[in-house]
Amino acid sequence: MSQNTVVFRIKRQENPAARPHWEEFAVPYREKLNVIVCLNEIRRHPVTRDGRKTTPVAWECACLEEVCGSCAMIINGKARPACSALIDELKQPITLEPMAKFPVVRDLVVDRSRMFDALKKVRAWVQLDGTWHLGPAPRWNERERFRAYDFSRCMTCGVCLEVCPQINARSSFVGAAAIGQVRLFNSHPLGGLQATERLDALMDKGGIAECGNAQNCVEACPKDISLVDAIGEVNRQMARHTLKKILAG
Amino acid sequence: MNTEAKYIVVGGGLAGLMAAIRIAEAGGKVDVFSLVPVKRSHSVCAQGGINAVLDVKGQADTIWEHFDDTVYGGDFLAHQPPVKSMVEEAPHIINMYDRMGVMFSRTPEGILDQRYFGGVKKRRTAFAGATTGQQLMYALDEQTRPHEVSGAVTKYEGWQFLGLVRDGNGRARGIAALDLKTGEVRTFRGDAVLLATGGFGMVYGRSTTSTICNGGAASAIYQQGALLANMEFIQIHPTAMPGEDKNRLMSESARGEGGRIWVPRKPGDTRDPRQIPEAERFYFLEERYPAYGNLVPRDIAAREISKVCVEEGLGIGGENVVYLDLTHMDADYLTRRLGGILEIYQKFAGADPRQVPMKIFPSVHYSMGGIWVDYNQMTSIPGCFAAGECDYQYHGANRLGANSLLSATYSGSVAGRTMREWVAGQSDRAADAAASFFESEQRRHEQINATLLAETGEETPTDLHRELGEWMTRHASVVRLNKGLDELIGHLDEMLERFRTRLGLTDKGRWLNQQLAYARDVGNMLQTARAVARAARNRDESRGSHYKPEFPERNDEKYLFTTKIAYDAAKDEPVLDYSEAIDVQHIAPRKRDYSVNKKA
Repeated sequence: MSQNTVVFRIKRQENPAARPHWEEFAVPYREKLNVIVCLNEIRRHPVTRDGRKTTPVAWECACLEEVCGSCAMIINGKARPACSALIDELKQPITLEPMAKFPVVRDLVVDRSRMFDALKKVRAWVQLDGTWHLGPAPRWNERERFRAYDFSRCMTCGVCLEVCPQINARSSFVGAAAIGQVRLFNSHPLGGLQATERLDALMDKGGIAECGNAQNCVEACPKDISLVDAIGEVNRQMARHTLKKILAG
Repeated sequence: MNTEAKYIVVGGGLAGLMAAIRIAEAGGKVDVFSLVPVKRSHSVCAQGGINAVLDVKGQADTIWEHFDDTVYGGDFLAHQPPVKSMVEEAPHIINMYDRMGVMFSRTPEGILDQRYFGGVKKRRTAFAGATTGQQLMYALDEQTRPHEVSGAVTKYEGWQFLGLVRDGNGRARGIAALDLKTGEVRTFRGDAVLLATGGFGMVYGRSTTSTICNGGAASAIYQQGALLANMEFIQIHPTAMPGEDKNRLMSESARGEGGRIWVPRKPGDTRDPRQIPEAERFYFLEERYPAYGNLVPRDIAAREISKVCVEEGLGIGGENVVYLDLTHMDADYLTRRLGGILEIYQKFAGADPRQVPMKIFPSVHYSMGGIWVDYNQMTSIPGCFAAGECDYQYHGANRLGANSLLSATYSGSVAGRTMREWVAGQSDRAADAAASFFESEQRRHEQINATLLAETGEETPTDLHRELGEWMTRHASVVRLNKGLDELIGHLDEMLERFRTRLGLTDKGRWLNQQLAYARDVGNMLQTARAVARAARNRDESRGSHYKPEFPERNDEKYLFTTKIAYDAAKDEPVLDYSEAIDVQHIAPRKRDYSVNKKA
């Protein structure tokens, strides 16, 4: 199909209190464009398709190669990173919306701080005595290391929360990303020393019991992280942990 | 003087967070400022690994050899004492990351694996697949979080550094920053300020760097009087996927693991690469540099690829690309060792590098030069420190692959110590400094913002940035000619004039006005570019990444000196100085030659 332009429908919202509205833009077509290149073009020349001057669209991006997690948004109805959304593979008009499970800051920019708060809540770190010279970590099986590595590639983009039916304005569910991090740290030879503290954190309100097993997260994750496996494993750890607590009276 | 000391760290990548953690664990209070949530900092883009002598491969590797490789690879422009301290600390840094839970790849015995990297004959690079930077970044992000919970660290994410607040004696007392969300300018008091704000790849438009790597903070303090150094030394990475929006890095570890670079011997050959027999392939790095082959240092590989395409006309199908070939290797092995980059290539190029050779070309990648610092990471402004890619200290004229994650971590950890020592030696606190210093810096930036917002000219920040990138890439990258640099210098002056008189912003609001922040960046990038261009023009020799065909040899007599660059505010131009001789007390400079094995 030959084409001269790429047409976008973009959901605009000036600030958190403003009413959202839609604007259409047409960007000159070239091969190998992605959504970010087109947003840059709209920034350069912020004029709508019907010739009206407007403000440049606000969005977040940094690495442009799917490792920083900044640019997740809803593209043609699907939550995904914008940098790897190639125009040649998208149906037009291309609709861009901010992710709906996070508060909108402006246009396509949302506030994902709840994800970083969740990492605090579940204590997603190895507790060190200090960063000074204390030698290496214990030896570790490469097979287990490679499985755990899967979870350490999570870039906190928010897509798994966006697609989760359990996440909404009234829920405090930490979401799949944070549970993946519990799986990660509990399996590490040193991180595992604090496994029970993380499990205790996941017993609270907003913890793992609020997962409804819809399994949308694993389908949507742009890095193909085995989030459902993580939830299953952490659930099993939780069952053992609960039983031990009961037996210990 | 009873008030508790307060530290400011600008930049939340490896260097910044390492410093913040060191200060926090010693009991200090730190404010961390970052354009983005710190977990999204550009350190995540580093791929191949981090160098440290662990000597786990029975190759009798030594710390001295790491030192010599780094100094020789940098063409002797780095001061040697800090480099020596860095390589000595490297094994401890790896251990620290290991304990933090970094998913380093391991051997059957369960210890950390190491692989080959450029300019090195020992397996010295520890790695986590091909996402090592991301893994190290996450480790420091995680380690910062408990300090945040305890109240030792406060994060200001979504803030742009605008300038230092200095007192009447020129000492740094804090910073001015812009809250990108509200558009508000605020000042913050700090007894010591660290800039860990990364490189300035964005000055070249397209590079392998993130969009946030514009060098704006370094440029801002340069315009306030801080010295820059060695700005002409820009690393061009030999292997990146050329792209519309950025050139995506294909890690040197692809060659470390056995990847080969080649072009068809016949110019313009359009056959499928898999149909081209071995004898009709030109493995030019292996032929021209038999000792190091595909693992020559980056400056050399980048020049050769460029030469093969541009001068010899051997680029694939007549275009400026060559093959980076992994297809002779086991697909599962490649997935385990290089999965991260193979996935990037596949997503963006639509071809599987396990099946088809990748098409790559050199790209601007790293800034060896940057803010001048002393051996304690302190800039020429008392109380202001710099660490990570934004300083100039560790890589001389060319950085060896996998030494940047090391220098970022190391320099950050040094700053975490020296900032505390410096503050301990001061007789008063930032809290005691007069409010007027803070008010005047705040007013200065509010005025700049108001002026920018009122601009109604026809030049957009986007167009000026594009033009800047094109000019810099043409005249100040792989090959540098004095005539071209003269043109560049003139053109940059003219662009700065256009920026000041003909700019127009279409967004006039305050709330998350990304165009305003971008406009400030473009102004700062123009000043950075002028420093690069002048430094490149003045250095009439070839050394490391700085290559002038008119002066093809290194000239130690004249140029074994740091290029120190001051901003003359009255004349609005860079002033160069070569009074600082390179400290070569450990290793006498010798000629670099990678066609033969390096002799220590």
